[in-house]
Amino acid sequence: MKFLSDKALERLREGADAPDLTGTRYRLLERIARGGMGVIYAAEDQTLSRRVALKVLDVPIPGSDFAHRLNREAHVLARLEHPGIVPVHDVGTLADGRVFYTMKFVEGQRLDLHIESVPSLPDRLRLFLRICDAVAFAHARGVLHRDLKPANVMVGAFGELLVMDWGLAKILRDSVPSKIAADPDATIFQPPDALPSETESAQPTAVTGHGTVLGTPGYMSPEQARGEIAQLDQRSDIFSLGALLRFLAEAPARQHTGRSNPRKDKSLDAICAKATANLPSDRYSTVSELSADVSRYLDGLPVTARRETFLEKVARFYRRHTVPILLIAAYLVMRILLLVFSRR
Amino acid sequence: MNKVLLGLLLGAVLGAIDGASAWFTPAVRAQIVGIIVGSTVKGLIAGIAIGFFARKVHSLLLGILFGLAVGFVLAFIVARMQHGYYFEIILPGSIVGMIVGYATQRYGAATPVPAASR
Repeated sequence: MKFLSDKALERLREGADAPDLTGTRYRLLERIARGGMGVIYAAEDQTLSRRVALKVLDVPIPGSDFAHRLNREAHVLARLEHPGIVPVHDVGTLADGRVFYTMKFVEGQRLDLHIESVPSLPDRLRLFLRICDAVAFAHARGVLHRDLKPANVMVGAFGELLVMDWGLAKILRDSVPSKIAADPDATIFQPPDALPSETESAQPTAVTGHGTVLGTPGYMSPEQARGEIAQLDQRSDIFSLGALLRFLAEAPARQHTGRSNPRKDKSLDAICAKATANLPSDRYSTVSELSADVSRYLDGLPVTARRETFLEKVARFYRRHTVPILLIAAYLVMRILLLVFSRR
Repeated sequence: MNKVLLGLLLGAVLGAIDGASAWFTPAVRAQIVGIIVGSTVKGLIAGIAIGFFARKVHSLLLGILFGLAVGFVLAFIVARMQHGYYFEIILPGSIVGMIVGYATQRYGAATPVPAASR
């Protein structure tokens, strides 16, 4: 009796799992990634002749929590039309009953890999500000991401930056702008409870007395880690952004870039510490506040997260105005020297 | 503030201050008013030239170098007219030119492009 090899078995399994796209405008190309409850494929939109990413549920159980969740993710994404958020193109159900949606096919690198080729701290902080823009937009539309981490940010080949994987997103009922709330087509969902993480890199979850923990350790806020889902607000995402900022500031650069690794100072440390404070009340209250502080840091201005000493103020002023200070000093020194020599 | 106006004002003010510093040289203290007026006019001319340059060329380094050159040339002409005090006139005049060159590049606002030329 001859047994099938693991490789052959895997291929057979992949073939069996491949979604049947009959009746849709899509043609399957290749599998890109697997998540907790679904698989992402590269597909071709035959109507528009373009490549798209197709996310499809593993199990064909219409009306299940998983199906509801994938559908919800598509609707959340559809609500978030922003250059920093991956756009959704289509949502539907396959012939075999599996829910799917298609989104922009992003060719690029995950931020955690891309960052190795960005040795300059200011450049990294500018990337961070673009992430903040996208998250602030989502918050303004009443959506929390809840799984912000470098692996969920893609940097495209042309420098475009997209926040991905909104599968854990929570919609804050109260924060939904009245315009959306009044929109009959808009779907307002309840916060998801007890649904598993679908992120590829998500760590094992742990059940608490309040609910299921969803997110990634290290990037998840303490209240999210405790499973206090009802208490989560935008400050939970701010915690994740603070952890992401710390990662960007500390991640080593690739050796052959010829530049030393970025070095953060006390002000940037203070921004990270404030954003990742244990108590939500000690954090920045909005993403805009956080990004404003990072912008101030980039511009060489004092940050709100930390009080400077007098000497630090002087040093910062000198760093900001080195050229005019040196020119004026040169003028004064020369004037004094001329005066001294003319009196001899 | 636009670059030409900034250059003009800064050139005049720094020129006047530079001229006033001649008060510390007892030998020329009697002609202090003439020196201040002359130095202010020199600063005005340098400031306008540097301001126009800053409008055309957007480079901090080139702005400073152009300021140095203009300050040097104008101060040299003044020193020639004075028949002396070359160092006392040329060195500060050149540094003032560099300061104006830096300031126009760094702090001067770019002139808005007319809609028709967009």
